[in-house]
Amino acid sequence: MVRDLEMTFHMPKCLLKGGRVVDPANGRDGTFDVLIDGGRIAKVGRDLPVDAGVAVVDIPSGLVICPGLIDMHVHLREPGQEHKETVATGTAAAVAGGFTAVACMPNTNPVNDNAGVTEYILNKAAEANLARVYPIGAVSKGQAGEQLAEIAELGQAGCVAISDDGRPVATAMLMRRALEYAGMFNLPVIEHCEDQTLKNDGVAHEGFHASALGLRGIPGEAESIMALRDIALAELTRGAVHIAHMSARQTLDAVRWGKSRGARVTCEVTPHHFVLTDERLGTPIAFDTNVKMNPPLREEADRDAMLAGIADGSVDVIATDHAPHHYDEKRVEFDHAPFGITGLETAVSLCFDRLVHSGIVSLARLVELLSVNPARVLRVAGGSLAEGAPADISMLAPDLSVTVSVARMRSKSKNTPFDGWTLRGGVAATMVGGRIVYVNEAVDLRM
Amino acid sequence: MPVVMDADRMGRSLARIAHEIVERNRGVEELALVGIRTRGVPLARRLARAVKDINDHDVPTGALDITLYRDDLMRHAVGPQPLIRRTEIPFSIDDKRILLVDDVLYTGRTIRAALDALIDFGRPKAIQLVVLVDRGHRELPIKADYVGKNVPTSRLQSVQVRLAEIDGRDEVEIQDA
Amino acid sequence: MKKDLLGIADLTREDIYLILDTAEAMREIGLRPIKKVPTLRGKTVVNLFYEPSTRTRTSFEIAEKRLSADTLNIAVAASSVLKGETLVDTALNIEAMAPDVIVLRHASSGACHLLSRICRSRVINAGDGMHEHPTQALLDAFTIREHKKRIEHLKVAIVGDLLHSRVLRSNVLLLTGLGADVWVSGPATLMPAGIERFGVRTSTSVDEAVADADVIMMLRIQQERMHGVFFPSLREYFNTFGMTAARIARAKPDVIIMHPGPMNRGVEIASDVADGPFSVILEQVANGVAVRMAVLYLLAGGAEGD
Repeated sequence: MVRDLEMTFHMPKCLLKGGRVVDPANGRDGTFDVLIDGGRIAKVGRDLPVDAGVAVVDIPSGLVICPGLIDMHVHLREPGQEHKETVATGTAAAVAGGFTAVACMPNTNPVNDNAGVTEYILNKAAEANLARVYPIGAVSKGQAGEQLAEIAELGQAGCVAISDDGRPVATAMLMRRALEYAGMFNLPVIEHCEDQTLKNDGVAHEGFHASALGLRGIPGEAESIMALRDIALAELTRGAVHIAHMSARQTLDAVRWGKSRGARVTCEVTPHHFVLTDERLGTPIAFDTNVKMNPPLREEADRDAMLAGIADGSVDVIATDHAPHHYDEKRVEFDHAPFGITGLETAVSLCFDRLVHSGIVSLARLVELLSVNPARVLRVAGGSLAEGAPADISMLAPDLSVTVSVARMRSKSKNTPFDGWTLRGGVAATMVGGRIVYVNEAVDLRM
Repeated sequence: MPVVMDADRMGRSLARIAHEIVERNRGVEELALVGIRTRGVPLARRLARAVKDINDHDVPTGALDITLYRDDLMRHAVGPQPLIRRTEIPFSIDDKRILLVDDVLYTGRTIRAALDALIDFGRPKAIQLVVLVDRGHRELPIKADYVGKNVPTSRLQSVQVRLAEIDGRDEVEIQDA
Repeated sequence: MKKDLLGIADLTREDIYLILDTAEAMREIGLRPIKKVPTLRGKTVVNLFYEPSTRTRTSFEIAEKRLSADTLNIAVAASSVLKGETLVDTALNIEAMAPDVIVLRHASSGACHLLSRICRSRVINAGDGMHEHPTQALLDAFTIREHKKRIEHLKVAIVGDLLHSRVLRSNVLLLTGLGADVWVSGPATLMPAGIERFGVRTSTSVDEAVADADVIMMLRIQQERMHGVFFPSLREYFNTFGMTAARIARAKPDVIIMHPGPMNRGVEIASDVADGPFSVILEQVANGVAVRMAVLYLLAGGAEGD
């Protein structure tokens, strides 16, 4: 059946009939047909006629059709750390998670601080031919925080933003220059906010749970202090700063303050920061290295603040910070384990279960968080089912019962704390440029 | 279930054993009593009183917990470890005639453990064994020197010794499994 | 009791009393002319120490030998950890030789939990990072109970480097669990975040913390971890937080002074206090053997849910 379906989508024209189309960029939320022609959206309307030579796919009721989801914060690890993930396995995980595009961070080896590495990544993405890949270039050469990388060339080669993710831009001066310089090319600066002196050698959120387990703490202020600096510099320079993987309630307040002053600041939150808290450090598995990430899981008040920010619109984007690590690297003492968890294949289910079904956001708002806004922040195509737009479409199954299983994951790494969780909501199929690249066999898609 | 020894009978048995001890040891200066926990301990104290009644001599008395010497201790994969109680032998056993006291003599394994334990405390001149009940079925070459009563039993039965100090009354009862 | 002793957090009140009562019986063995019982004959205990430790390692080794276990000491230099074999691989190699018990001391919090998840051998935590040091807390409780005949409602003041101390964490769990009134005191820079949820009273005034205390427990200032940012100088530390005869005079007249060692004389504790009439510091060391014998004995048998 899957094969038949793929054949259908390979026909030049196809019509997605029925299904709830959620396309907030065009103000649509209702039952519509979507006609796809030559890899682009040809028409969206009610009861479109079925012309000769058009393959028809009847979308079962209950499924949602929306503009392709974009994860603007992933680590594909290639080049240099192919034992963790490759562009091919990472994009396979992306499409299985409902994402039609990902933006990958430059902390590869070598660092993506020059056009050569950017081109290498784009070539690998073309070979894999699954999700679209938008490389993010480094702010500084080698992410060393000293000299600016060749940002203009990075932009020309295809980078959509710059970031020293994993390491914050250490000095205010370099950050100021990066904002000014990247601003000329309309490239946002994505900042991993973290004051290194406050973080010190911390491995978990500074609070009761880390203290009880004897783990060195990282206070929320390590993040918010740098966010405040960057927002002030964005105001000074008129540059655009995007606060990555926001975790602390103080940071959210900083973002709100910046927005209220008209600074060009946006921010993202990861699913694990709106689902989990630092209580997980001790239970159900004490010292589980799959709950070690940076920024760390914070306390309940922070988690609730993230949910409130998502609900009230202060949060622009949900991104996963997909950070694959080999099991050997994670099967060590908590102190020695690398930070990070995978996220591409669990994000949609977590968002449905914890945001939509719990009434925190509407489906339309979720599509903004996962598609419309990341496209806007990165200034890339997508986020819209407008006529003429590339046919990047995510088909979601809001009521599908999904049991997370690392055995079935397509990512090369299995470092997730969500293994075994049963969640309501999942992915039915993923289409990139009019071509189906993923079909969930658990969903009954009929011709 | 049959009670094979009541309080009266137990009292007479212990008195007889006390007389035998005094007779066989030609005086009591070198004697010491060591009761095996749990019920050997009050029996040893009663014997010490009985000996004192005969010749007005205080026989030093100690308590021995043999748990750490048991040969079956680490053989069970399941279940918590048996509780250990204190061993109290507040005198040197070197060159003493030790009267080791237990309530029931059965396989002989407890006595084997007790002998090992005692040897760790020094080198007594002799060790003699006193038991209230000998129920047979020995698995080791061990024999009591003083026996309150020989009670033939089957391996399926158990012998319950109750002492006033611990159980509120004196009696020995045989129970079927 | 569970399969392993990873921390006081895993013990019930009943487990703690069982260990303390068993230790009472074990202590007598150390008073015999032949200080040895055959209980763990044929059992192999591996003491795997990733941090230098004289007191704890010796104490475990004596306890193991008194129970007739075959003991093996593996000391792994901290420097070889980074380039060498992982803890998991080392543990799996040791495990392949089928020891019965592994006693682990490690600089990382949670190292014993990691070992416990991959090993069938029983794991005893001999100190993991800043997390727990359960046998230390048990021997401290044993010592307190011996002097005070109870733990409940005693005022216990714990003073020193609260932030980095595994002894603090284990003792707070144990003592609050048994109903003691625990006060902790030290510089604000060395207070763990969220300590108000530990069930203790806190004060940066040592004088307040030790007032009417039944027990004063000093924690070691780990000079190697101080980096000069937690307090300005050892001299100022001693003047502000050190235990002196004048401070002890504020406690109950029969107060006992404890220290897990190794002591920094003239830093956290004055010599005349350490050597004085209230000090039970050497008793703690002696009791450590009995408590570790009890733990070894109780774990070496079968455990619930095996």
